[in-house]
Amino acid sequence: MLNILIRRLLLAIPVLLAVASLTFFLIKLAPGGPFDADKAVSPQVLKNLNEAYNLDASEWEQYIDYMTGILKGDFGPSFRFPGRSVSEMIATGLPVTFELAFYAIVIALLIGVFSGVLAALKRNTYLDFIPMAIAMIGICVPTFLMGPLLVLIFGINLEILPVSGWGQLPGDKILPSITLGFAYAAYIARLSRGGMLEVLNQDFIRTARAKGLTERNVVIKHAMQGGLIPVVSFLGPAIAGLLAGSFVVETIFQIPGLGRFYVEAAFNRDYTMILGTTIFFSAMIVLFNLLSDLAAMWLNPRSRDVL
Amino acid sequence: MRYYSVFIVLFFLIGCSSSLSPVDDGLEKQIFHFGNGSEPQGIDPHIVTGVPEHHILISLCEGLTIPNPFDDENLPGAAESWTVSDDGKIYIFKLRKNGRWSNGDPVTADDFVWSWQRILTASLGSQYPDMLYYLEGAQEYHTGETNDFSTVGVKAIDSHTLEVKLKAPTPFFTGLLSHYSTWPVHKETVLKHGSIDDRNGEWTRPGNFVCNGAFSLKSWELNNKIVVEKNPMYWDASTVQLNEIHYYPVSNVMTEDRMFRAGQLHVTSTLPSQKCPVYIEEGNPDLRIDPYMGTYFYRLNTTNPNLNDIRVRKALAYSIDRKLLVEKVTKCGQIPAYSFTPPGSNGYEPTTSIPFDPALARELLAEAGYDSENLFPKLEILFNTNEDHRKVALAVQQMWQQNLGIEVELVNQDWKVYLSREMVGDFQVSRAGWIGDYEDPNTFLDLMRPNRGNNKTGWENYEYDSLVAKANSTNDQALRYQLLDEAEKILIENMPIIPLYTYVRSYQLSPDVKGYNPHILDHHHPKFIYLERD
Repeated sequence: MLNILIRRLLLAIPVLLAVASLTFFLIKLAPGGPFDADKAVSPQVLKNLNEAYNLDASEWEQYIDYMTGILKGDFGPSFRFPGRSVSEMIATGLPVTFELAFYAIVIALLIGVFSGVLAALKRNTYLDFIPMAIAMIGICVPTFLMGPLLVLIFGINLEILPVSGWGQLPGDKILPSITLGFAYAAYIARLSRGGMLEVLNQDFIRTARAKGLTERNVVIKHAMQGGLIPVVSFLGPAIAGLLAGSFVVETIFQIPGLGRFYVEAAFNRDYTMILGTTIFFSAMIVLFNLLSDLAAMWLNPRSRDVL
Repeated sequence: MRYYSVFIVLFFLIGCSSSLSPVDDGLEKQIFHFGNGSEPQGIDPHIVTGVPEHHILISLCEGLTIPNPFDDENLPGAAESWTVSDDGKIYIFKLRKNGRWSNGDPVTADDFVWSWQRILTASLGSQYPDMLYYLEGAQEYHTGETNDFSTVGVKAIDSHTLEVKLKAPTPFFTGLLSHYSTWPVHKETVLKHGSIDDRNGEWTRPGNFVCNGAFSLKSWELNNKIVVEKNPMYWDASTVQLNEIHYYPVSNVMTEDRMFRAGQLHVTSTLPSQKCPVYIEEGNPDLRIDPYMGTYFYRLNTTNPNLNDIRVRKALAYSIDRKLLVEKVTKCGQIPAYSFTPPGSNGYEPTTSIPFDPALARELLAEAGYDSENLFPKLEILFNTNEDHRKVALAVQQMWQQNLGIEVELVNQDWKVYLSREMVGDFQVSRAGWIGDYEDPNTFLDLMRPNRGNNKTGWENYEYDSLVAKANSTNDQALRYQLLDEAEKILIENMPIIPLYTYVRSYQLSPDVKGYNPHILDHHHPKFIYLERD
């Protein structure tokens, strides 16, 4: 296992370098620059700005400068927010995004696994149909609809929860966590139902039952270990997706997370910020995929050879 | 058991939230909750550009003059009085003896000289140095023709007397001084955290920031909230009634609307455009539609062979029904525009007109050589991706198709792509908007002079240029407006731009907020604002 871990971590280095290099040249291809504004600045001012940010150097020089910088852990200054460094902005937004993703994944797992397992056990009954129908809705209804709907009901009509913010007013973390978690709960419910159904039909479950184990023990000790492997494999990319994809929820609920910086940086052509966040999110994706592979391996020894 | 505990926690949190809403709480504590559009770039008045930045800076720093909530003329700010020489070129400002920075240091004339030197320092890369180009020698210093700042027309005569020499009489100069680029910064603080031309100095952080406004910076959570608190050092602190202002960078207009409805904001930065007609119909008492010094217009690329002909440009302009556009499309109190400068800007009333006359338009187009045999080639309207711009473009497309038989294609682009295409002239017709920087027609008419970066239409008319230049060299306001009106007539006669409507400021304001008077530039000095429930 340690070998695999080291090999995968070493493999991540060229991947991240490739991501950084590709992003560097791709964003330069996008028309428009960081200092284009509605009220255009004079050529003189533009020249001063380009000099201030080293944008007047050749692409290769800039590239080498940037790469040397990131190897030293310096992601450069933000172009959009003078006086802020990209590292500082990532450090500000990250805890919020992590916290949101954590609540969301906890909610998704609780609801998803519970209803998925229940549906598998009570196959073809209303306990199967109803949660699975809700799961289908959860997959189909995008967060940008779910969020405002929840806000209208709980925030504006019932007036029991704040409509926006993060840690400002009591209870303001509930609606965004549910909104973000619900979409993933739906996937997890369907995955756990599928996984459980497959396992429940296998011989070792029959054996366990034949030995006279209680149904509770059969399900929790024997079936779930195998039945939830698809969920575990899904969790890695899901957490990475949650981190990078929380932009919509962050915008709807006015949450100061990293997702908003990421998307707004692209709109603003804030080169260093785009690069910094892209590299960071790529690292997260690599890391969480690795973690979920390791977890799957621990649950299912057979997969060790494949990995 | 696990599940039950989660639900218990949820209900506990729900139970907690039935406390006072921020708006109710704000009323008690005089805390103003302000929807501020987007996260400000920063709060260095010499670096930033934009409206959210202005909202914050107006509470933190103060220029020589401040906007007047009751009238057009600016009120004294850091300067208590000023005199102007007969030729209108020399201003002597008397600074307040009790003017203090938020750290207690006196505000002196030298502070202004140094601040203006800073914004004119090329390597700082300020985007607004031209606001001071009206000063003698300022442009030369900024563009590096000279390194000697003593050649620039600003001098401290003594610690509280500032002398400013202008290149030409500039009747709107005191109005210009309420723009944040002309505001002072605290020299010692800036230099403690970097050099005069350091864009990235940390002097603007909470704890470091020192300025001379009615409020001082208390905290700044990125993308979350900026809090400013009453500054006891402010010369007019006794007038200030608010204790704190909380600025929220809410970039999503729907979120902002919901926050307002849930009592989390006293004022919004704008309004979802689809809600405006609904609120008007419902008679929503919180809806405010104020006049605003801005024009929505279409740029025509006059270097394009098809749009090179004045008759074609006029035909396009005359076939647009502006009244219909504001009544059926924008539907939020906008005013049809028949001039580039919004009427009534500081007493200036342009006498131009643009008829809606499809028959005349077709005639003009035929004169230009386009009829049913020789069809006008397909036209493209470029706009930045936005539902409201699309609606206007769709209406114009329809009108041109119906009235002139011209086939029109709509092209929307990401904001920066749209800007760069406009900049290099890669467009035929392009959507544009212009908001005045100061209360004078010059902020509009200067734009269309040849060689101005924001002209972008390729139109160069030297008669127009000399009229605007002449207007800006006279001290006689009536004559000046007459000359500017003549220039405006040339502009409308040549039609490099098609004005569509005059903007309005539409937003929601809690009835608790008092002293938030309409202002044509949307400048609201917070010392006049207070919270009180009727």
